[in-house]
Amino acid sequence: MSTPAPAVPTPSRNTQTAVEQGHRSGMRGRLLGRQPGWFAILWRNRKCRIGLLILAGFVLVALFAPVLAPYDPRSNDFPTSLGPTGDHWLGTTVQGEDVFSQLVVGARTSLIVGLAAGLLSTLVGLVIGLTAGYAGGWVDEILSFLINLGLVVPALPLMVTLAAYSPVRGLWLIIFVISVTGWAYGARIKRSQIITLRTRDYITAARFAGDGTARIIAREIVPNMTSLIVVGFMGAALAAIGGEAGLAFLGLGDPLTVSWGTMLNQASLGGAMITGQWAWLIAPGLTLALLITSFTLINFGIDALSNPHLREDG
Amino acid sequence: MAYFARRFAFFLATLWAAVTLNFLIPRLQPGDPAEAIVSRIGGKGQAVDPAQLEAVRTMLGAPGGNLFEQYVRYLGAVFSGDFGVSYSYFPYSVTHMIGEALPWTLVLVGVTQILSFVIGTLLGTWAAYRRNTRVDSVITLGSTFVGTLPFFWIALLLIYVFAITLRWFPERGGYGGGSSPGWNWLFISDAFQHSVLPGLALLITGPIGWIIGMRNNMVQSLGEDHARLAVARGLPERRIAITYGARIAILPNVTGFAIALGSILGGTVLVETVFNYPGMGRLLLESVSNKDFPLMQAIFLFTTIGVLIANFLADILYGFLDPRVRKAENS
Repeated sequence: MSTPAPAVPTPSRNTQTAVEQGHRSGMRGRLLGRQPGWFAILWRNRKCRIGLLILAGFVLVALFAPVLAPYDPRSNDFPTSLGPTGDHWLGTTVQGEDVFSQLVVGARTSLIVGLAAGLLSTLVGLVIGLTAGYAGGWVDEILSFLINLGLVVPALPLMVTLAAYSPVRGLWLIIFVISVTGWAYGARIKRSQIITLRTRDYITAARFAGDGTARIIAREIVPNMTSLIVVGFMGAALAAIGGEAGLAFLGLGDPLTVSWGTMLNQASLGGAMITGQWAWLIAPGLTLALLITSFTLINFGIDALSNPHLREDG
Repeated sequence: MAYFARRFAFFLATLWAAVTLNFLIPRLQPGDPAEAIVSRIGGKGQAVDPAQLEAVRTMLGAPGGNLFEQYVRYLGAVFSGDFGVSYSYFPYSVTHMIGEALPWTLVLVGVTQILSFVIGTLLGTWAAYRRNTRVDSVITLGSTFVGTLPFFWIALLLIYVFAITLRWFPERGGYGGGSSPGWNWLFISDAFQHSVLPGLALLITGPIGWIIGMRNNMVQSLGEDHARLAVARGLPERRIAITYGARIAILPNVTGFAIALGSILGGTVLVETVFNYPGMGRLLLESVSNKDFPLMQAIFLFTTIGVLIANFLADILYGFLDPRVRKAENS
């Protein structure tokens, strides 16, 4: 089995020239029609297929969490600090809450944060990266400075500081704090990509044909950056899920939301290690790792989307 | 020379931006920032200690005046190294508290990061040297897998296995009750024992980025023309790998090292919290839970400045190592 390591997504020269040629002779539609759809490419990649299936499993669990969770995750009517039993598959917390129910509901939190903060930081990164790369000149200088600043400021201390000042720490504040600290990396990659796209012949052709800047960006540039944007979103969502877990583990999460990070925080503070409640300690970390694994596996397929050399046919 | 001047200008600009960001964050909330902070320290219905108000005012550098005057006064305080008095460790100054915590983090992070870099670069080189073999699969898949594990969870499991179950190492803290910080054997051996598990936690996840980066860079540079020419000339395989592959591939890792520092410092917040290790990360979290805003702001500023300095040094080093960067910036 070959092992393409999670490479930096650089769309190969071949795809770009193919797209250019296709566009030049006015047959981009036919070209796209001839190529297998993006989902088919993803699905054909074995690693990506496994990743998609795992992610689908998590989405289903999150959607049907209220049905799947045997108890209310907040109800503390049970005996405290139980090990795994028939009634409580993963035991109970030191406050007498059912660990398995918390685990099921925690999937919701992680996916919501990943989706929302991933979208938000991708959007911010896209707007800033596109503007910087396309405008050039002093606009680029200023925005590049902002991007570089965003890259060097240590993310978790900034998240901690921002979270410490907010009087109410709801889930949306956590999402906002994560997005504020996580947009810069994607912005930098999108900026450098657009700089290489900007000077290409088909963009010049579109400009000579009288297309406005907005139209060129929307119709000519963004479609050629799709896989980069998707990879960027996956990376941002991944970082957001990790960031939420870290903040919650530090006790800075939303106190009203059950998440895998808060579960680990309570397991650590609630003496799960001393009472030997290994299930309470291991389960949230494993689900977190499994979710992150599914994202990593899907990324293999997205790399193949932008680089036909990596495709596994058949 | 233009390259270095540009990097220095960037360093100064980011330094200014970090200091200003630190000034702005407490003021992002509506109303008088000092009042808002103090009311949050005191809670509802409690009287506010005038000393607290004073500490907060010093941190904000803002006894009245408009925003610009406050800003000027704040800059003056920062440049004279006056960060005010810690509220939770009264009467110690903020700088004193940071001085206590800084060596712990510097030693722990410094040693583990250098080790991570060395281990990661060596493993990455090995994987690239034996590319598309079983060694390569084991190294790349293994590090990808370990990379998916939540960092603080690994740390928790280490405590569970090695400190609580096996009792090989102390569970928490930086040194035991029997010793006190100083240059004596008891303290140093004690501190070493306490640093093994946090160090291990950092070393398990630390090398991953370097492994993947080194392997991919080196595989790429071994595919380039000059490396192919070396093969055609019949040079020994090992020499090609080292002088034509690794030597070039290591360059991006040097800048990667600087960029990674920010996330490394983030990691120390987690690892120091898990192990109750007396460094900057734990102090930051402690100041947050004690609502010691002057201390918190100063730690954030110190951490950011530390990362900026490291970045600047890496940029300079990179300029010396790779002449192409200097040229690229000039054109």
